[in-house]
Amino acid sequence: MTKIECILRPGKLENVKEAVNQFGIHGMTVTQVIGCGLQKGRTEVYRGTEYSINLLPKIKLEMVIPDKDVDDVIKLIIDNARTGAIGDGKIFTYKIDDAIRIRTGETGDIAI
Amino acid sequence: MKERILRMMLPAAALFMTIPALAWAEEAAEAAAPVIDTGDTSFVLISAALVMLMTLPGLALFYGGLSRKKNILSTIMYSFFAMVVISIQWALFGYSLSFAPDVGQIIGNLDWVGLKGVGFAPSDVYGTTIPHMAFMVFQLMFAVITPALISGAFAERMRFPAFLAFLILWSTLVYDPVAHWVWGGGWLGTLGSLDFAGGTVVHILSGVSGLVACLVLGKRKGYGSEPMIPHNLPFVVIGASLLWFGWFGFNAGSALGANGLAASAFVVTHLATAAAALSWVVAEWTHRGKPTILGAATGAVAGLVAITPASGFVDPMPAIIIGLVSGVVCYVAVGVIKAKLGYDDSLDAFGVHGIGGTWGALATGIFANPAVNPAGIGLLYGNPGQITIQIISIAASWAIAGVGTLVILKAIGVVTKLRATDEEQDTGLDITQHGEDAYTDFVSGSPFGDLKLTGAFIQSASSTNQAKV
Repeated sequence: MTKIECILRPGKLENVKEAVNQFGIHGMTVTQVIGCGLQKGRTEVYRGTEYSINLLPKIKLEMVIPDKDVDDVIKLIIDNARTGAIGDGKIFTYKIDDAIRIRTGETGDIAI
Repeated sequence: MKERILRMMLPAAALFMTIPALAWAEEAAEAAAPVIDTGDTSFVLISAALVMLMTLPGLALFYGGLSRKKNILSTIMYSFFAMVVISIQWALFGYSLSFAPDVGQIIGNLDWVGLKGVGFAPSDVYGTTIPHMAFMVFQLMFAVITPALISGAFAERMRFPAFLAFLILWSTLVYDPVAHWVWGGGWLGTLGSLDFAGGTVVHILSGVSGLVACLVLGKRKGYGSEPMIPHNLPFVVIGASLLWFGWFGFNAGSALGANGLAASAFVVTHLATAAAALSWVVAEWTHRGKPTILGAATGAVAGLVAITPASGFVDPMPAIIIGLVSGVVCYVAVGVIKAKLGYDDSLDAFGVHGIGGTWGALATGIFANPAVNPAGIGLLYGNPGQITIQIISIAASWAIAGVGTLVILKAIGVVTKLRATDEEQDTGLDITQHGEDAYTDFVSGSPFGDLKLTGAFIQSASSTNQAKV
């Protein structure tokens, strides 16, 4: 099992979600986050005082999937989240020891 | 409206006749001069303030709550700047174009440019018992809210500079002439079109212009594929409630006097609004299974819109019918037809104001009772011709709103981009147009654009992603 954690542009979430759903992956956790990377921040002005805001809003999407699907899912995410400009985000993968469905006690791939 | 004014002038004329023939000439002149009624004046001034409240914060919150949270400030700014810009436009030349002495039944002349000659004394045509300035400022608030209403149709995607240009041009080329046609001595008023408080002038114009504007600008990025749901329903309800409250000034104030007609307009406005909120919720409950507060708030606005032209002409029971019909008709327009036709009227300016305003203008021709106001005799009181006149005024308003908006937007599009880019829409218009964030719940950065002040200078300086200073 592999956990895929990706940081996306907020506007790309729907596309990515739709694509992985169609692929057959329905379980995911989505968080609104702020962060910084290569993308520069922006400037906001409140009553004449300038503030540089260097952490920008992003979406963090996490899902745990069977190892056999990892390459396909990563490709799907890239295809649907990429604009080609700085700020498109990152994908991280982690090995997962096990998964347990709380309701039934099932473990392994069947539990995710 | 003219007949109402004539009736108001009668007592003054009678007073003049009773003065003994031997009276001094100057006494006669004093009696002939229009007399300011303090009750009427205070009522109209308060009504003007109530109509102001409809735009700010009423409409601003109504539309702001309906938008997504990344666009609330830009949506509010549309309404705020309608107030800012049109107030000035009105004083400089808008009022003169709308209400100054007639030129060919089409437009007012330039006699009152810069409010020249608009002073303490009553006008001899409009609101003859109140200072001319009171009438002018009351009408100013109408001129402000009309373009603000349109902004609901193109919210979340129109660039602010383009909006500013649209605001000024639309108000001057569409609103001012039609206000003149209906109220300022133009051809629709001469024809006998009935519009007590602005069903055609305000609501049909804004609704139809909104429809054309949203077609010209195109759908918002992601329309139909991303959820675009209201981000703050309590704001929507507060806004709708303030609209309801302010509308008493809009409709009852249009009697231009503290009198029976004002009381009648107040009552029918209230009843039609309640009826429309009820019928919208029942329609939605039947169709979709749940009675929603958003439906109640929107239905109330649909009722307010529909009763507006009729408010000075109809009895309470017809007002309830007008409201009940409006709630259902607007629900179908917004909830069924819009989705079928696929246009992206962001906040339903057309579905509520265009459709509700058209129904209200027709209903005025059906239900106008001469016992309420001798100026209006509808179909049910033996004057089927009134329906024809109402249809002509509806058609004329649709036509000028549609054509005028199309031409104005195409012209502005030559000079500046109308539509925010897809990236700007993704980030939100608040940040990209105004550089502000409405909900700064978690902010990181530094004031004055200077990272030294955060005390994290060393760390930041070593990184490649230092914020733009």
